[in-house]
Amino acid sequence: MSTRLAKQGRLIDRSKQVTFTFNGTSMQGYEGDTLASALLANDQMMMGRSFKYHRPRGVVASGAEEPNALVGLGQGNRFEPNQRATTTELFNGLTSVSQNHWPNLEFDIGAVNTAFARFLPAGFYYKTFIHPKPFWKHVYEPIIRQSAGLGKAPDKDSRDADTYEHFYAFTDVLVIGGGVAGLQAAKAAAQSGAKVMLIEQTAHWGGRAPVDGGTIDGEPVDKFVEQLVSELETMGNVTMRNRCMGAGVYDHGYVLGYERLNDHKPGTQGPRHRLWRIRAKQVVTATGAIERPLSFAGNDVPGVMLASAMRDYVVNWGVAPGEKVIVATNNDDAYRTAIILKQAGVDVIRVVDARAAAGPLAEEARQLGIRVDPGKAIAKVKGGKRVKKVALCNQEGIGGAREEVECDAVAMSGGWSPVVHMWSHCGGKLIWDEANAHFRPDPSRPPLGANGEGFVLAAGSSNGPLALADVLTDAQAAGTAAAKAAGFKPKNTKAPVGETTTEAPMEAVWLMPANAEVQLRMKSWLDFQNDVKVSDVQLAAREGYESVEHTKRYTTLGMATDQGKLSNINGLAILADALESEIPKVGTTTFRPPYTPISLASIGGEARGEVFQPIRQTPMHDWHDKNGADWEPVGHWRRTYAYVRPGESVHDAVNREVKNTRENLGLLDASTLGKLIVKGPDAGKFLDMMYTNMMSTLKAGKCRYGLMCSENGFLIDDGVVARIDEDTWLCHTTTGGAERIHGHLEEWLQTEWWDWKVYVANVTEQYAQVAVVGPNARKVLEKLGGMDVSKEALPFMEWRDGKIGDFDCRAYRISFSGELSYEIAVPASQGQAFWDALMEAGKEFGVMPYGTECLHILRAEKGFIMIGDETDGTVIPQDLGLHWALSKKKEDYLGKRAHSRSHMADPERWKLVGLETVDGSVIPDGAYAVGEGVNANGQRNMIGRVTSTYYSANLGKGIAMGLIKHGPDRMGEIVEFPGTDGKTYKAKIVDPIFFDKDGEKQNV
Amino acid sequence: MLILNCPYCGVDAEETELAAGGEAHLKRYGPGSSDDEFHDYLFMRENPKGVHFERWRHSNGCGKWFHAARCTQTLEVFGTYSAQTTEPPQEIKDAITAKRPGWSWREYK
Repeated sequence: MSTRLAKQGRLIDRSKQVTFTFNGTSMQGYEGDTLASALLANDQMMMGRSFKYHRPRGVVASGAEEPNALVGLGQGNRFEPNQRATTTELFNGLTSVSQNHWPNLEFDIGAVNTAFARFLPAGFYYKTFIHPKPFWKHVYEPIIRQSAGLGKAPDKDSRDADTYEHFYAFTDVLVIGGGVAGLQAAKAAAQSGAKVMLIEQTAHWGGRAPVDGGTIDGEPVDKFVEQLVSELETMGNVTMRNRCMGAGVYDHGYVLGYERLNDHKPGTQGPRHRLWRIRAKQVVTATGAIERPLSFAGNDVPGVMLASAMRDYVVNWGVAPGEKVIVATNNDDAYRTAIILKQAGVDVIRVVDARAAAGPLAEEARQLGIRVDPGKAIAKVKGGKRVKKVALCNQEGIGGAREEVECDAVAMSGGWSPVVHMWSHCGGKLIWDEANAHFRPDPSRPPLGANGEGFVLAAGSSNGPLALADVLTDAQAAGTAAAKAAGFKPKNTKAPVGETTTEAPMEAVWLMPANAEVQLRMKSWLDFQNDVKVSDVQLAAREGYESVEHTKRYTTLGMATDQGKLSNINGLAILADALESEIPKVGTTTFRPPYTPISLASIGGEARGEVFQPIRQTPMHDWHDKNGADWEPVGHWRRTYAYVRPGESVHDAVNREVKNTRENLGLLDASTLGKLIVKGPDAGKFLDMMYTNMMSTLKAGKCRYGLMCSENGFLIDDGVVARIDEDTWLCHTTTGGAERIHGHLEEWLQTEWWDWKVYVANVTEQYAQVAVVGPNARKVLEKLGGMDVSKEALPFMEWRDGKIGDFDCRAYRISFSGELSYEIAVPASQGQAFWDALMEAGKEFGVMPYGTECLHILRAEKGFIMIGDETDGTVIPQDLGLHWALSKKKEDYLGKRAHSRSHMADPERWKLVGLETVDGSVIPDGAYAVGEGVNANGQRNMIGRVTSTYYSANLGKGIAMGLIKHGPDRMGEIVEFPGTDGKTYKAKIVDPIFFDKDGEKQNV
Repeated sequence: MLILNCPYCGVDAEETELAAGGEAHLKRYGPGSSDDEFHDYLFMRENPKGVHFERWRHSNGCGKWFHAARCTQTLEVFGTYSAQTTEPPQEIKDAITAKRPGWSWREYK
């Protein structure tokens, strides 16, 4: 059993007991525990089941690399699946549940998968489920959906109860990793005066060096760390953040830091996670190294752990993972675990060392009475939910002549791999180190920054050196070099001197025993989280997968949430062997950020709910809101879709507004329309280039409807242009288009005709604009008094400045409804007062405000096009019958050359027509018209589509506009529109102007 | 996440402040041009692995368009310069030659 030791535990406070639950059972731990160490202290070795075979799994590691011990944490709005028990700090009231099992952890139905393992090899998804076809939908998919998925998604009705934020930081040197290497590199860099930021993913400084022992400058490592941390804390140019992981390194020194502020004290005020968006001139990665598992049969049975992790549990948390332990290794470092376990009173039955000879640490172990067997290996670990026995054999051979030994835990060490993720994210290359059998950063091929020089340096064991003394000198050199590269003059100080027992060379062991027979290889796990075994990778190689990237995807090796931190090197060594190639030739898969998963909410930061996106409001917004506005987003604006009265449906409201505006008087808040001032001696010439029609000849005081095309001829915007004076025009754009069209004008002014004297200003928000529409429009304005708004004084398509009532205004006699209509602009600050005055004065004339849906219906009744409805980026003016707006006099304008390309002049293009349903119903939005015959996929051929479709209360039937092949030549014909509701809508092709064809109503 | 220096306001701008505007130094073809000329102007673009000239706009800053010369492979930036020019200035070409001897891009080298 695993248990709490009476002594040890440098990170726990035994005076502070903590209560938590696991699968509903209440347990005790101490402050400073991780969930994993506390579970082990409660003899909870089995912490979950595996993803594919649902095999019992226990904790393997003690840090971020943990593949097995994933739990669901918290409850309700704070529930989160797939949290690593090894990086979860324990707190009072923590609730955790294990994953991937049904009905419970101890008894799981899905575990039958393991009995069928030989039928579920690598790539089984691709092989098994192809035939027969109907089986996929009705048999395979439901079964896979039931058993797949890692952990449980939070309840769909729960909402994240916490807040998150982004921080921006700029620093000369960023050091990622707060172990002895990171601390020393930070100091070396900071002594130059450079601004240094140091981030560490755990709650503690010093990394694993204090566990591994030795001395620095004659002092214990713990003491050295303590002194160095307090020294750095007093330096004004050093920022230190713990619980802050380096998540990713990106172009030009951009680094993401992921700080977990409140995970260990949920519910505390303040954000839970903080995403640091850091720009660093130089980055030092001091991210340490991760121990590799050994590949032997049953290496996934709960109780088999990394040797270093077992050591961590004893030293850091005072927990013994077993009572009788066997250590298997190919290097000297694992002997430290044997020695520490022995000294803690644990029975270390044996060290099996695959090598023929070991170094002084082995001698030390022997003197403590530990039996060391050189040249030996583990053939197989026996036990289901817990290690019971281990069968030992010779490392050479296929695993015969076994000796069985009883034990309840196995410590394994296959050597150490530097954490090269941060080095590799932005293109740093690796070299294969034969002596240590690992990939390490190639200093001659670092990630390159904006100046073409390297901007990342690796330090300490993440750079390759594993011995304490080498780690410290390497870190000192990296810190110094980083400061220098950032433009500072480093001090010439020496690295502190580390001393540890020297180690004999390790020997690469990729399979244990070396020629293990197939029954063993089928139980030798490479990737614990995704259940990938040695035999799977070998199968992939046999089936022709030579590229490591392909093998990864075929077997899913390294594709789990731990991204193969433990499995990758072992896996590609097996692949290299199967391909009879060399490891460096096979290479690694791509390291991609983030280093470990980060919360999506931290990426969102503050941008949630109401502050997700700024909302633009007109000066009359609050009035609309109080008067029943049903809101509609238009660009970033909120516009009123309809003003819904009590007892009315939205549809009722729209119909009422449509009728009232045609019969009496309607008011529309048109403030959102874009308003661009274009001014200067060359403004006319410029607008002639930007619009398809002529704007330079427009007389002051007059308005003209204009079209804008892109250079390749497609319609991008439309609106009414008013000439204000000799060198000034005011261009209206669509509501969503003001910023885009402003940018479009600036682009051409700045990059093509930069010598033209023109200035453009976006004055959209300077004005409130109200459309006063309907037969009574003139009456209400005359009642308010002021400027002459008669037909003679202010004819259609002209504008005048003046006063209406007490308001300074500019009145445009323009109409998007076909009614007598004025659009009146007043200073934005007067908008509400003006609106109120119109509502008051309009009472006797039947005034009602109307919304955007009414606006759409009124314009559709008149056959006016709408950018974004009739256009979609592939439509040209000629498609919409707007030839009249294309100037023939102008030599050039944007889109003119494009309109003469063959496809643009093609008579087969779909053209705008009106559509009237035979039975008066409304054609569904987005419906397509079908013609004769079928296409290559057996679908009906399409001959057009609906672009706008409404119920017209004025006409009492459904009306629509659409683009139809040869449409204008097919007046009176019936076309069919199949709906998604299974019905087919029949519509007659008609003129798009449904109402008041001669325009008598607007011209009064 | 590139950083480019805006030659107008002098700010070392984060990529989030900038908007990419495609290939630089295009010559506009309008009415009167041949179909091939117009087609190439609209659609044909360089796609180099190495030295490239691009248009950028400091859209969330001063709003000005400018040009950048950079390496698409290493993301090294050779320099930024005014958008009001029809070809890369000599000092930019010199800066590229210093780092990438023998470079060429369209008709420039």
